[in-house]
Amino acid sequence: MKPTNIKDSEYFHKVVDCQYACPAHTPVPHYIRLIAAGKYTEAYMVNWESNVFPGVLGRTCDRPCEPACRRGRVEEEPVAICRLKRVAADFKDDIAQYLPEIPKVKNGKKIAIIGAGPAGLTVARDLAPLGYEIHMYDDQTKGGGMMRSQIPSFRLPNSVLDQEVNVILDMDIVKHFNQYVTSLKDIINGGYDAVFVATGAPKGKDLPNLPGRWDAKENIHIGIQWLANVAFEHTNKIGKKVIVLGGGNTAMDCCRTSRRLGGEEVKVLVRSPFKEMKASPWEKEDAIHEDIPILENHVPKSFVSENGKLKGMFFEKVEAQYDEKGKRKLVPTGEPDVFIEADDVIIAIGQENRFEWIEKDLGVEFNEWEMPVVDETTFASTCAGVFFGGDAALGPKNVITAVAQGHQAAISIDKYCQGQDISDRPAPDVTLISTKMGIHEWSYDNGVSADLRFVVPQEDKKITLADRKKEVELGFDLQSAFKEAERCLNCDVQTVFMEDKCIECDACMDVCPTQCINFTENAEEEDLRAKLLIPALDKSQDILVSDILKTGKVMVKDEDVCLHCGLCAERCPTSAWDMQKFMYKTAKAGC
Amino acid sequence: MSYIKPKFEHPRAPKNTLGYTRKEYEGSLSTLCAGCGHDSISAAIVDACFELSIEPHRVAKLSGIGCSSKTPAYFLNNSHGFNSVHGRMPSVATGANLANRDLVYLGVSGDGDSASIGFGQFAHVIRRNLNMTYIVMNNGCYGLTKGQDSATADHGSVSKAGSVNNFEGIDMCAIAIELGATFVAQSFSGDKNQLIPLIKAALSHSGFSLINVVSPCVTFNNNPGSTKSYDYVREHNEALSSLDFVPVKEEITTEYDEIDVKMVEMHDGTFIKLNKLHQGFDPQDKLSIINALQVARQKDEILTGLLYLDTESIELNDLIGTVNKPLNSLTEKELCPGSEVLEKINAGLR
Repeated sequence: MKPTNIKDSEYFHKVVDCQYACPAHTPVPHYIRLIAAGKYTEAYMVNWESNVFPGVLGRTCDRPCEPACRRGRVEEEPVAICRLKRVAADFKDDIAQYLPEIPKVKNGKKIAIIGAGPAGLTVARDLAPLGYEIHMYDDQTKGGGMMRSQIPSFRLPNSVLDQEVNVILDMDIVKHFNQYVTSLKDIINGGYDAVFVATGAPKGKDLPNLPGRWDAKENIHIGIQWLANVAFEHTNKIGKKVIVLGGGNTAMDCCRTSRRLGGEEVKVLVRSPFKEMKASPWEKEDAIHEDIPILENHVPKSFVSENGKLKGMFFEKVEAQYDEKGKRKLVPTGEPDVFIEADDVIIAIGQENRFEWIEKDLGVEFNEWEMPVVDETTFASTCAGVFFGGDAALGPKNVITAVAQGHQAAISIDKYCQGQDISDRPAPDVTLISTKMGIHEWSYDNGVSADLRFVVPQEDKKITLADRKKEVELGFDLQSAFKEAERCLNCDVQTVFMEDKCIECDACMDVCPTQCINFTENAEEEDLRAKLLIPALDKSQDILVSDILKTGKVMVKDEDVCLHCGLCAERCPTSAWDMQKFMYKTAKAGC
Repeated sequence: MSYIKPKFEHPRAPKNTLGYTRKEYEGSLSTLCAGCGHDSISAAIVDACFELSIEPHRVAKLSGIGCSSKTPAYFLNNSHGFNSVHGRMPSVATGANLANRDLVYLGVSGDGDSASIGFGQFAHVIRRNLNMTYIVMNNGCYGLTKGQDSATADHGSVSKAGSVNNFEGIDMCAIAIELGATFVAQSFSGDKNQLIPLIKAALSHSGFSLINVVSPCVTFNNNPGSTKSYDYVREHNEALSSLDFVPVKEEITTEYDEIDVKMVEMHDGTFIKLNKLHQGFDPQDKLSIINALQVARQKDEILTGLLYLDTESIELNDLIGTVNKPLNSLTEKELCPGSEVLEKINAGLR
């Protein structure tokens, strides 16, 4: 194998599994160390720079970082990254002094943002400090989009959301709220230099053809609309027996909200097996904790009503079968259909976009699934000056993805307005600096904590079920936050190897607690991976290969379960190993 | 500086036949200088015991004084340990072995501990053929007292301060062969492929096994001109053989050429498979190895590998006919057989 090119910042970027997995590439270990150091405001601002809504995401993020976390490969559970983010938000001081200054004199460019959800707000935040005049349109009375209408208050208190949304709206954003945009043409004709469409996926999927669907329609609700009605206090009660259809996070929010509005026997019914549900495991746990059974392998067959009053639903029992390619098929078991009583049914089986307000003659092309044709890097549509982001761009995902797309769209909009080539993307800001403070001293805490993951305490169920707005999770206290932060393996402190200094004494190989380091004869990647002390089987994890050493061998390090404990560097007599802090900041508009 | 090893290990760390991973054989984090050859030898001991599936509680590790003699703290934390007086490890080992012949005895010593203050003890434990493995971590200097030349420093070797050694160095292997050692090997701390099988074979040998391991002192004796530096040893290392240790239960299916490969059967039926690199040398022929050592000295070579093996070795306990059971398992009845037996013994002496 050729020696690894560590000058390519992507190599070390990939070693920081959590940051690499995060759509916004938030420098996770960096802010976790700040939390451990008690610097909550700084930790918050590192997050704010990168993901805009630390308080929101610290409670509601889908956390793609956590399944990626190295800790999960070394012991049982990953670091509670998401809830540590919340710690930064909970314990921060006033952040006003750290916020960017908004120029009084604007740069003469006017931007329309349609939709004040996470993507739209991100673009506003990135562009307002550069002097753009931002006009923001939304049909709700307040900003926040789906974060406000779809995430229940018992998971995300309004005060947290208001604070983070208002920080952005206070950046001289011209608000056009309570206004549903019915024509993109009108907006374009409004004298804007660029338009950003971030209208989300506001239409909940229905089961229009299921028998009985329209007989008692007063008591059959669409998940996200119903959640919005609850959030805006148009709906404040539900029947005692509730069926929630669907296996995603919206279904979990619907069932838990039902429990708070009078639902006593709330059941979730899912077509798929329990373990294949789309909902995050922790959201399923929380639902079950609130006495909500989740019945798997039940396919809805019909609604039953009597004299216009809903009685319940019939379900067909199925089982999952898989073909050789692993493709799933739900096959009826042949058992008699199951009847489940219900006063109300909430359909939470997915959501779709709505683009009927975009005129077909504007040059915005749509594909066969009626989604706009959007460049996945620049987020430009086929109509010059019109950009998409969030769920409106590439289909429903999550808040953190919307934020990441917003950052990229803001770069494109800035370049577009400045007459630059939007396909020329700015490079990330990367630094790699030694943490060496003395012979065996590092500027990071390299001891590896043996603690298991700490559980975030919850408020008593009696209290939370009685009050829809009472937040369930209490968040870490500072002591457990510190201990949890200490579980982080500091994967951004990289093991950098300098072959010209190595005397091949084997000290690093001998001391490595996870036997990652090898000195061996070079070979092609596959052979090399196979012949390591412990073969490097996970191809998604790179191996670090040195140039040829004096004895003709090469140093090969499997990155997979490296603890970043620094012992290789501590036991190296010649400092051929160094622990170097890697910082990777994705480019932002105007950089 | 870290004092505690992380408790985690590789999730796919291999297990031996006892179900233990390598972790069960490790010790505390070394406090020797970073890069010390002794740490590599400790790691080789860990590997050898792990691979042999020795129960850690059946090992007694003993040492004297010196950098080398600190190392038992850095391997086999679950074994018995005795850090004895300077140069007196052999007599403690002898006492322990006579009291309990069931344990595996592993002595660790250095060039100062064995070739200077403990030279007398070293000689006598060899001639008694005590059943133990004796590893000399040989760096040619007194690392613990800032690197003065030791008794094994080669004639002409240059110290870090620049002075040339005018005295003859003691060749531990030649001495051991001369005194009747039944297993003698020499190796280099930077060559685990050779060292681990040697340790495994030594631990399996019944009788005295010496492994003299050249182990560079990175702090005081790794300079140009030193004959015990990483660079010098790598350049002058002359392996007699590359070898594998073949446990008794492992079936041997290799076909080999008689001239190049020699299988040496040990007392317990295990084998050492030697791929001979040196012509005219036979590890079971004392004369051939004494000759090879002398030739190597003239050529400034360091011969490594298995130098000598006596497969007919009879260890001390059998030589003097001690009781087969550990003393701690003997009952009062066995220890005090009564006046009748005493009468008989007395009569026999009349």
